[in-house]
Order: sequence, then structure tokens, then C-alpha cells
Amino acid sequence: MNIKYIGLSEINGPLVVLDKCKNVSYDEIADIELDNGTHRLARVVEVYEDKAVLQVFEGTKGLSLKNTTTSFEGRPMEMPLSDEMLGRIFNGAGKPIDGLGDIVAEESRDINGEPLNPVSRVYPRNYINTGISSIDALMTLIRGQKLPIFSGSGLSHNKLAVQIVRQAKIADEAGQDFAVVFGAMGVTNDVADYFRRSFEETGVLQKVVMFLNLSNDPIIERILTPRCALTCAEYLAFKKNMHILVILTDMTSYAEALREFSSSKGEIPGRKGYPGYLYSDLASIYERAGIVKGAEGSVTQIPILTMPNDDITHPVPDLTGYITEGQIVLDRNLDATGIYPGVAILPSLSRLMKDGIGEGYTREDHQMCANQLFAAYAKVQDARSLASVIGEEELTAADKAYLKFGDLFEEHFINQGFETNRSIEETLDLGWALLSTLPRNELDRVDDEHLDKYYQPEEAAKKFAVHKA
Amino acid sequence: MSTETTDKIYSVNGPVVTVRDTKSFAMQEMVFVGEKRLIGEVIRVSAKETTLQVYETTTGLRPGEPVYGTGAPMAATLGPGILDNMYDGIERPLKRLEEISGAFISEGANVPSLDTERKFEVTLTVKRGDMLRPGEIYATCPETALITHKCMLSPLSKGGEVVWTAVTGKYTVNDVVCKIKDEYGREEELTLCQKWPIRTPRPCAERMPMSRPLITGQRIIDTVVPVAKGGTAAIPGGFGTGKTMNQHQIAKWCDADIIVYVGCGERGNEMTQVLEEFSELIDPKTQRPLTDRTTMIANTSNMPVAAREASIYTGITLAEYYRDMGYHIAIMADSTSRWAEALREISGRLEEMPAEEGFPAYLPSRISEFYERAGYVKTLGGSEGSVTIIGAVSPQGSDFSEPVTQNTKRFVRCFWALDKALAYARHYPAINWNTSYSEYTDDLSAYYKNNVAPDFMEVRQQISNILVEENSLMEIVKLMGTDVLPDDQKLLIEVARVVRVGFLQQNAYHKDDTYVPLEKQYRMMKAILRFYNLSVKALENGVAADKIMSNGWADKLIKIKYDIPNDDLSMFDDYEKDMDEWYKNAEVV
Repeated sequence: MNIKYIGLSEINGPLVVLDKCKNVSYDEIADIELDNGTHRLARVVEVYEDKAVLQVFEGTKGLSLKNTTTSFEGRPMEMPLSDEMLGRIFNGAGKPIDGLGDIVAEESRDINGEPLNPVSRVYPRNYINTGISSIDALMTLIRGQKLPIFSGSGLSHNKLAVQIVRQAKIADEAGQDFAVVFGAMGVTNDVADYFRRSFEETGVLQKVVMFLNLSNDPIIERILTPRCALTCAEYLAFKKNMHILVILTDMTSYAEALREFSSSKGEIPGRKGYPGYLYSDLASIYERAGIVKGAEGSVTQIPILTMPNDDITHPVPDLTGYITEGQIVLDRNLDATGIYPGVAILPSLSRLMKDGIGEGYTREDHQMCANQLFAAYAKVQDARSLASVIGEEELTAADKAYLKFGDLFEEHFINQGFETNRSIEETLDLGWALLSTLPRNELDRVDDEHLDKYYQPEEAAKKFAVHKA
Repeated sequence: MSTETTDKIYSVNGPVVTVRDTKSFAMQEMVFVGEKRLIGEVIRVSAKETTLQVYETTTGLRPGEPVYGTGAPMAATLGPGILDNMYDGIERPLKRLEEISGAFISEGANVPSLDTERKFEVTLTVKRGDMLRPGEIYATCPETALITHKCMLSPLSKGGEVVWTAVTGKYTVNDVVCKIKDEYGREEELTLCQKWPIRTPRPCAERMPMSRPLITGQRIIDTVVPVAKGGTAAIPGGFGTGKTMNQHQIAKWCDADIIVYVGCGERGNEMTQVLEEFSELIDPKTQRPLTDRTTMIANTSNMPVAAREASIYTGITLAEYYRDMGYHIAIMADSTSRWAEALREISGRLEEMPAEEGFPAYLPSRISEFYERAGYVKTLGGSEGSVTIIGAVSPQGSDFSEPVTQNTKRFVRCFWALDKALAYARHYPAINWNTSYSEYTDDLSAYYKNNVAPDFMEVRQQISNILVEENSLMEIVKLMGTDVLPDDQKLLIEVARVVRVGFLQQNAYHKDDTYVPLEKQYRMMKAILRFYNLSVKALENGVAADKIMSNGWADKLIKIKYDIPNDDLSMFDDYEKDMDEWYKNAEVV
């Protein structure tokens, strides 16, 4: 079916319209050849009996109504896959850009994937020890989870992602293979390079597949990038039985690309101009995390998104939060006081945590310790706002104890630095030690049995006094 | 089902497909689209163009492919085998799909909704010569160990005289077990199953007043903002506030006979969790796994959007069907916002004029149509049944003024507002007692008086008053701290804390606290009020406030939920005796 169509009948932003074409199918891929011999990739986004609307991934710059020849490939967007992809670098549309030549494909798959049948999923239960106290104790990452980092411009989300990759024991006890799939959407060269260098320093570069759509790359190609990355991840996880950690950054740029595409198509905009199907579209990306019955591997996703103006109610973080299984929120105030990682404890959450911790997974007291830390830290916020009105001296003794606890908690627990790697025991013991600085009757989320075992105020006082001096 | 057709696809745009120059389709008719026979539905008809929405992905579909009409609207197949099953939004069993196409759902898989091989032990309840009217039962069979399935004459039938019945024995869903003849002599064959168009409410004989609560064992729901059997409730809340958790808790513990759980545009892992947890959890009343009384509709967020729109209707149709057998059903819809967004998405593709925030103008009427299908009814067969709808709402940006929350609020009578601040403090269930309400309290007061305690409603009111008063005091406290308050107000704040932490907060992971019987809820409130009243009196009699506050009773009351087991409420007597003792001694000194 190699009919070639000369010329176009309309060009509008990234979209082109082709008249009088026959036998075109929805979602099909087309190749547009320019006079000068260069090729561009396009996808059918609307099709009529005698007309097709195509989205050109590399942009429509230089296209005219006359200088093109279009041919349809008769299949949806597919990408070649093989385990040779490990250690390679691709562009946002899945083409190798590291100069090592094309992939010899073991198979090709539609990059849109197919929805995973809920009855074929295995509920994720195995926790991943990231070595970061705030995450391990309070928003535990589970293998097969999708846990995004909500950040803002200038915060240390990239550093945190790198630390997770470096410290996370992704491979299981059997030493099963792991790999990282990295999808960059609209990030700067510097950021992409930072990740590449960090992977190199960690010695995992040979286990990383990179898909790079940088900020100066065609915007529409960005819509393909996470899909290529996840197709590769699914292949490695479910076909090659590897544990895959997918890092996607920055999802906000992705959503903006989608908005641009939507508006050029003349679609009715929803909130803040984003298309009405943003939720479904994001879900088609995030839902591709998980574990499938019968396969040994898993896909764990850590998407990173920057909240415009640090606004968590912006459509992108908002809809993301509704799809993902929790979120790690970074806080600008903590970051400004030099605390790294500046994880905002209260709005952060891991939904899968409750089933992946406790006896047999982490430690039996984990849930109680986490609950109490959350509750106590919430009270710290109340005490602080009260202190800012009436002054610290006027506070009750309990409120004063909370203020002190808050400072110690931020200084010792949240703030752990880029190099420190804490085991889950260290983390939980530290949590109990901090809780022991509070009066015993304030610990209302813990039963007496645990209090008797873990509540040790004298030692705590000694420990933190020493630290302070 | 016709196989010859001249109708060809004219255009494809996502799930929306159009056909030109045809008059062969009716509104809401079910159609098969393309060579792969994807399932679709007619959503707009004009002389020039007929518009279809397709329930599967349309990748690869091309203009010129055929469209087959079925002559019937989108219908659910109703019969034994629905329970202990998981369906997608258009009632395709997901376990069968897994067998056919593996872990990933591919398009064009057309499988029957019910297991056509499985044989049921059928008992005929009519005999030759009996008159059978629509909605009346002609056969029963055990569907699961818990639920007896009752096959009813479809309300679409005219009814007639039974002319033939099969002998009691084992039959599959498509076997004819009974034949009736109507007044014109036309014969109708009855199998174990029937079809019902999902967008049409199933009729009932009459709607009855709602006078019985749906007992959930969740304290804040049962006592503060109760929902009636046959009522409607909405749980709005931003992400992470525990909508799903609350729905799970209610589904696990409420005293409905059957649960229909609709996961509409939500996470795949959550549905897996429901499936796993419910098959492991044993119902204390019946000693059977909860899946025996549960059916699930899972149209996760990455499954086709049009089927998501249908999933709500499929769910409520299944619920109504079991209601007609005389059962009490609770349907959990998680989340109705995703359903509304599916409406918006389709509406956008149809280029309809949008109303608020891009939602179509008919959003309120669709929401009300859905919630109106709840109710406590007398069925056509003469028994009583109910459908209670509990819908989660996921407001954009946690802003309750957005259209879905606002329109839902107009049509539900029970509003359980989830609060981010409570969730951040890990106060679960994070239902805010100040902004939530229930319009059922008056209807249900007789039930509580007769079945729990004569003064239940007064006790409940006193507890509410404490919370209301605390709320107004908190404004002062936020500005100046508690120290400036007079002793009686300090005491009130302390008691309110006991109510919040000891009573409203409930631990879903604690074996006793996850479900609390009404009797214990009542005794807990009584104990807290006793503490309050005794303390007020002691203050008046000159006992120092500090002494009262530090007497340890507040903390003891907070831990009552763990310390007194659900099955030994006599321990409350000891607590109360000890408490009286302390106050007596305090006043003497």
C-alpha cells in the first residue's frame, strides 16, 4: 500500500490536513518526505472518508502545501525492542541518538500499550528501601508503585531522584536484574547531563535506557517520549523479567505539550486550557506501572513534576495525585533552610505503604511509629502558628515540647544529606528517639506495649543534647 | 443481529465515530463497529449523520469499514453468576478476557457476561397453570453460599400463564426452565437470565419511606451523619483524603446483603486490592468470604473512556436487579467525578456547547438521574428491597465549588465532606463534622430509639453540641491560646478533644476498632458525656480545673475504643463506676 500523496491542503501548528486520501486508519503512522530529502513522522489524529488530519512530531517548520510527499505506513506507532537497549540513548520518539546504530529488534510493540486487565495485576507489597528516612518511614516506596515527586522550579527533585536510584535496592534478594528507564521531557541539556553523569558515577549507566526530549526539541515529540519509555520498560519487565524503575521528568512539560497540541486541533479546553481528556491521558501513562501475574519483573514509576507557582491545585499535580498511589511533595521553606531532602511530610503520602510494611516486610512497629510521627508533626504546625501570634513564651508546656520536637525532627530526621544511606532500623529507631522527646501522654497513636518498649526519654534527651552541642 | 450492512464509517476521532446518510440506527442502540466488531452505542442521530461512541480503542479503524446494528439498546445480561465476579464497564467478565487475550486487554474481544457452562441447582417456584406477572419469581438457585438467586419475569414481559416448567435440577443460564403463554396465546421461553437496558431504571411497585439506617460500624457515619437504606450519600475529597479507604470500609462492614463496587476511572491496583482483600476477608455474620456477596465493575483510568461512562449505569442496573429479588444493596461508585469527566470528554469530541468548566450542560440532569435510581422500594414481586448509592467525588484542586461536587450536593441527602487538614494529621476517617450533613437523621430517629437506646438521639445531639461549641471557641484559641479561656471552656475543649480523638477517629486496621456495633458507639458517647457532666459539676463545686484535667480520665476514654472489646460491653459499667468514684472522692477532699 505505497500510495504517495503529493502536497498538503492545510497546515495549522503541528497539524496538517491531507485531502483525497483513501484507506487511512485512525492512529496510523505516516511518513512525510520533504523536497530536500528529510523525513518527518506524523500520526493520524482524525480521519474522514476522504480526508485525514495528521500530527507532525518534529513540527511543521518548513512545510508548505507543495513541498511534501506523504505515505501511510498502515500501522500504529511501534518501536523496535530488544535487551540491547540497555545503556543506549534515544530521542523522544525512540530513535537512537548515540551514534551506535539502530536496534536489532526482537519484537516491535505499539507504543500506546494496551490497558492492563485489573484481574491480571498482582497487588504490590514488596517495599523498596531507598535509604532516605522521610521516604522509608513515612511514604514507603513499594515495588510496582507509581509515586511522583511534586516539586517546584529550583528545588532538589533531580538530586533526590538520583539518590533514590543510587541507594534503592531495586534488585531483589535473588539478585534479579534491575534497570532504570529514564524519560526526559522538555528538560534542559544540563539536567539530562546531570542524570547521565550521576548514573555513570553510580556505575549503573549500562543498566539505563535514556529517552531524551530536551527543551529545545520538537514539542509534539514530547507526547511520544513517556510512551516510548514505558513500552521499553514493560518489555524489559514483563518479557525479560527485570525490575524496572522509570523516572519521567518533567510531567508538567509533557502536559503543556499536550495542551499545545489540543488547542491547535481546536478542541474545547478544560481547566487552565488543558484538554478535557488530560486525566485519561495522564492515566494512560501512570497506569503502566505495576506487576503482572506470571512475570517476574515489575515497573515502578517515579514521575517528577514541577508545580507551576508551587500550586498543588494546578491541574497537572492535581490530576496526577488522583491517579498515582501517593506523592512525595518537596517544600520550598525546608529547602531554603538548607534541609535536604526538603520533603514536606504532611501532604506526602504513599497509598501502598500500609500493606508493604510491618512484620515480614520492614518492622512490626513501623505503622505505629509512622502514624505518631505524622500526628506529632501536624501538631508542630499548630504550635508554630500559635507561637507566631502569641509568642513562644505564652505557649503551654506541651506546645513548647512540640516546637522543640519539630525542630529536632527537621534537623535530624528529614535532613539527612545526599550521601547518607540509612537502613530501615536506623530510621525507625531515630523516629522513636525523636518521639521520646515528647511527653508520654501525647503519644496517643501508640499502644502501651510499644511505648514501654520504645519510649526512652532519658536516652533521647542525651542523644539530642549531644547532637546540639 | 444482522450481518449484512451497507453502513460504512465516515470518520473516526478517538472514541467518536460517525456514519453518513443512514436511517437504520436508533438512539442508544448498541452497534458493532468495524471489521473487529468493536462494541459501540449510538449517541446522536440526524438525517445527515449518525454519531457512535465506541467502548474500545479505535486504533486502526478506518473509514469505509462496516457498522452493524443490533436493533437493541445497550443492555446488561442479568442472571446467576454475577456475584463473585469482576466486569469491565460494559459487563465483560475480566477473568474471561484474561483467558482470551492475556494480561493486556485487546480490542474486539466479545465474550458473554455470564458463564454459560456453569450449572446451577435450580428450583422452580411456579407450576403449570400459575399466573406469572412481571417481576414475579419463577425459579431460584443458590448463586453463592450466601445469596440465593431468584429468577424473575422481566418487567419488559407482559406476563401470562405458566404452560411448562422444567424439573428441578441443574441448568445453565441459557437453558429454558419455564414457558408462559400470554392472553393472545403467544408463548415466551424463560431462561435463568434476562437483559435490561442499562440506561433505563428498572421499575418497582412503589417507593417506600426510608426508615432504616445502613449500619456501617463507622462511628462518625452511624451516629453523626447516618445514611438510610435506600438513601444517597456523596464522599467528596481531594486526593489522599481517604475516599477509597472509606468506600472500602463501608463495603466491608455495612449491613447490606450485596455490594456492587464500581471502580470508575480509578487505579488498577486498587481494584486488585479489593479483589484480594475481599476474598480473604471473612464476613463475621456468615463466615463466608466477602466476595460471595460482592460484584465488581472495574473500568480503570487507562481503559477506554466511553466504557467508563457506561460503567456507572452497568453497576446500578446490577444493583437494581438484585434489589428486585428483595435484597438490600449498597453500591459504591468510585469515583463519579471520573464518570463526569468521561461525559465531558465525549461531549468535547461531539463539539457540544460546553457549560461550566467544559462540562456539558446536561451534567446536572445526568447526575440526578443516577442518584434517583437509589431507593427503598416494594418490588414488583411484592418483597422489599433497597439500593443505597455511595458516590465518591474527586473535586479538582480539592475545591468543593466545582460543578461535579456542587451538582452532586443538590441531589444527595447525605454529604460526607473529607478534609485535607484532618487527613494531613492522619485523623481518619477524615470526615469533617462541621461541613458534613445528613438529611436522614429525622427519618431514622425512630429506628435508633427503638433499637439502640431511647435517648440515643439526645445523646448524639449533646455530642454534636460539644463539637459545635468547640468550633466557635477554636477561633479564639487560634489567636490567643487556651490559657486565656475560663475553666469551663477549657474543660469543653478537653472534652471535645476526647470526642474527636476517642470517638470520631477510628482505626481501620485495628481488629476491634475497624467495625464498632451501634451499642458500643452509644456507650462510648454516654461515657464521654458522663465525664463531661461530672467534670462540670465538680468545677461548680470548687474542684480545681487542673485536678480534673489531669485525672487521666480523658486519656482512658480515648483508649476505650481499643481497651473495651466489642463483645464485652459490660466493661463500660466498671469504667463508669470508677469514674463516679473518682469524682465523689475529689469533691469530698
